[in-house]
Amino acid sequence: MHFLQQAINGLGLGAIYALIALGYTMVYGVLRFINFAHSDVLMLGAFTGLYAAPRIGKLCGPESVTGAILVFIVAAAVCAAIGMTIERLAYRPLRNRPKLTVLITAIGVSLLIEFTGQNEKFFGSAPQAFPKLLPEKSMQMGSLLVSSNDVLTIAVTIILLIAMWFIVQKTRMGTAMRAVSFNQQAAALMGVPVDRVISFTFGLGSALAAIAGILYSMKAPSIEPLMGVQPGLRAFVAAVLGGIGNLPGAVLGGVLLGLLETFAGGNEYLSTYRDAIAFGILILILLFKPAGLLGRATIEKV
Amino acid sequence: MKFQTRLLLVSVALAGAFSLSHCKSGDGGTIKVGEFASLTGKEATFGTSSHEGTLLAIEEINAAGGVLGKKLELLTEDDQTKAGEPANAVNKLISKDGVVAVLGEVASSRSLEAAPICQQNKIPMISPASTNPAVTKVGDYIFRVCFTDTFQGAALANFASGALNAKKVAILTDVKSDYSKGLAKNFKEKFASSGGQIGLELDFNGGDKDFKGQLTSIKDNAPDAIFLPGYYNDVALICIQAKQLGITAPIFGGDGWESESLLTIGKEAVNGNYFSTHCAVDQGTPEMAKFVEAYKKRFKGKTPDAMAVLGYDSALVLVDAMKRAGTTESVALRKAIAETKDFAGASGKITLNEDRDAMKALVFIKIENGAFKYTATVNP
Repeated sequence: MHFLQQAINGLGLGAIYALIALGYTMVYGVLRFINFAHSDVLMLGAFTGLYAAPRIGKLCGPESVTGAILVFIVAAAVCAAIGMTIERLAYRPLRNRPKLTVLITAIGVSLLIEFTGQNEKFFGSAPQAFPKLLPEKSMQMGSLLVSSNDVLTIAVTIILLIAMWFIVQKTRMGTAMRAVSFNQQAAALMGVPVDRVISFTFGLGSALAAIAGILYSMKAPSIEPLMGVQPGLRAFVAAVLGGIGNLPGAVLGGVLLGLLETFAGGNEYLSTYRDAIAFGILILILLFKPAGLLGRATIEKV
Repeated sequence: MKFQTRLLLVSVALAGAFSLSHCKSGDGGTIKVGEFASLTGKEATFGTSSHEGTLLAIEEINAAGGVLGKKLELLTEDDQTKAGEPANAVNKLISKDGVVAVLGEVASSRSLEAAPICQQNKIPMISPASTNPAVTKVGDYIFRVCFTDTFQGAALANFASGALNAKKVAILTDVKSDYSKGLAKNFKEKFASSGGQIGLELDFNGGDKDFKGQLTSIKDNAPDAIFLPGYYNDVALICIQAKQLGITAPIFGGDGWESESLLTIGKEAVNGNYFSTHCAVDQGTPEMAKFVEAYKKRFKGKTPDAMAVLGYDSALVLVDAMKRAGTTESVALRKAIAETKDFAGASGKITLNEDRDAMKALVFIKIENGAFKYTATVNP
């Protein structure tokens, strides 16, 4: 029973890491580049929720389902716009430069967002209380206690994973994304609007980050400008663990990391070392399977 | 070449003159007192509260004519709740601003960072609320106007076995905080030696957001109470998740819980829990009542918390020592501070012992209906 309860806790946490990892992996898949500012879009999504929730609450009534859905949509839309703006201003001009340049820029954008957010004129660096979006119930299933928040998170992650898979495999835009990830120049020659595809990818990834941000804030209703750093780092590790560029791999990596963290945290001998264990396993897996668990090793023609 | 060398020499001379003029200013007619606090960041309420208390004290003293014929000038540095910043802040206050004494900090980790610098420069440092015993052990220039965790840990252990009637207690420690680790150790020693059983001992990193792994294990171990010597931000989240997991055992902790944010973030989840702290604003003493009234008047009706009271008292103790020493010269000032006896602070009577710690009473607060309620006093 203890095992099952911890498993559910781990899944609830892992689902959030999975959502964030999906964003990292999608952008990497299409552009071969890690967007370090992704974790800060998560934070911006949480703050959008903070400001939008009271206003939407006045329209729809407090703690209503329609209100909550609206908050998610608003945050996703705002962050998609932010993500596309960042791409347009910071990454697109560097499209043909070495990958290292864009990577450093991404780190720069991340730090810019974090420290601007900490300034008292913007969000301020003190933690703020995140409003309650939905009534939270702990449901009894046998001797297991499952929080409605965890159920919501897992459900949303599964739905979004299926939606992502559908978009990438079954729509024209998805085919275009796959073409761009295969070979950008050839895709451009074939008439694929590369700029629009990349914008779309960023927008989609940022929307996912925003939704993850709000789910994370529902779990731990204390938000501050640096809140994205820790989950972002773990989700990045999860994405690499599952195979960077691989959508199911990101989810697998996220869930695995969430489970590891929860089980190790609850064990009295391993509790202090749970982060070391999580990252240690990452190193081991990469030693033996460098492409990650579900990744396929790509041969680069030199 | 000739013109350029001349230009270079002139700019160097000007730069030299500027930097010299900013050096330890001699007699500006004010006594400079330095303060470093976490005005922003994760523990912002600690710094803002203690700063407001200190500021109120300095303003009151200046309004009454100052000390030794001069007005006091308070120079405050924000350490942003970040490790590494207190060292920068204190270095600046001592070397660049030339302060005669330093007030700070609330959190033991940050006091421990700044204390060696003050000790080395022979500048007296008075901490308003750092309770880790190691702080004053740094040297004889380091003081505090609050009790230490040796006392607090023991009082909490007695509270657990007495008022809470707990035979088995689980401990959840913040490994990133010296305060948390120290208090947990002190609690454990006293509780175990008086016959209590320690259940599970788990830990977390301050700043973590998910504690369900640890809490599930604790719940399965079925303790009578859970000891959580952490800071208010993490405590609020832990209480929320504990309620979600159906934990009914009371959770209790130390003065790191003391913040308005515990209630705004934790909401109903923190009800029914307890913590120990330095004083209660409704404890009923005349000094406290006077302070609360003055604070509300100065800060637009805001109710002070224990950190504000201690910030106030730390400044008053410093000024009282200045008066007794008759000078702000560091050796004499240090001696005068060390000789503080029965000083009537707003938080209570302050006497500094030979370890430069204050022997003060501790109060227990219960959180009921979203408010702090004074429950009991424990005398040293």
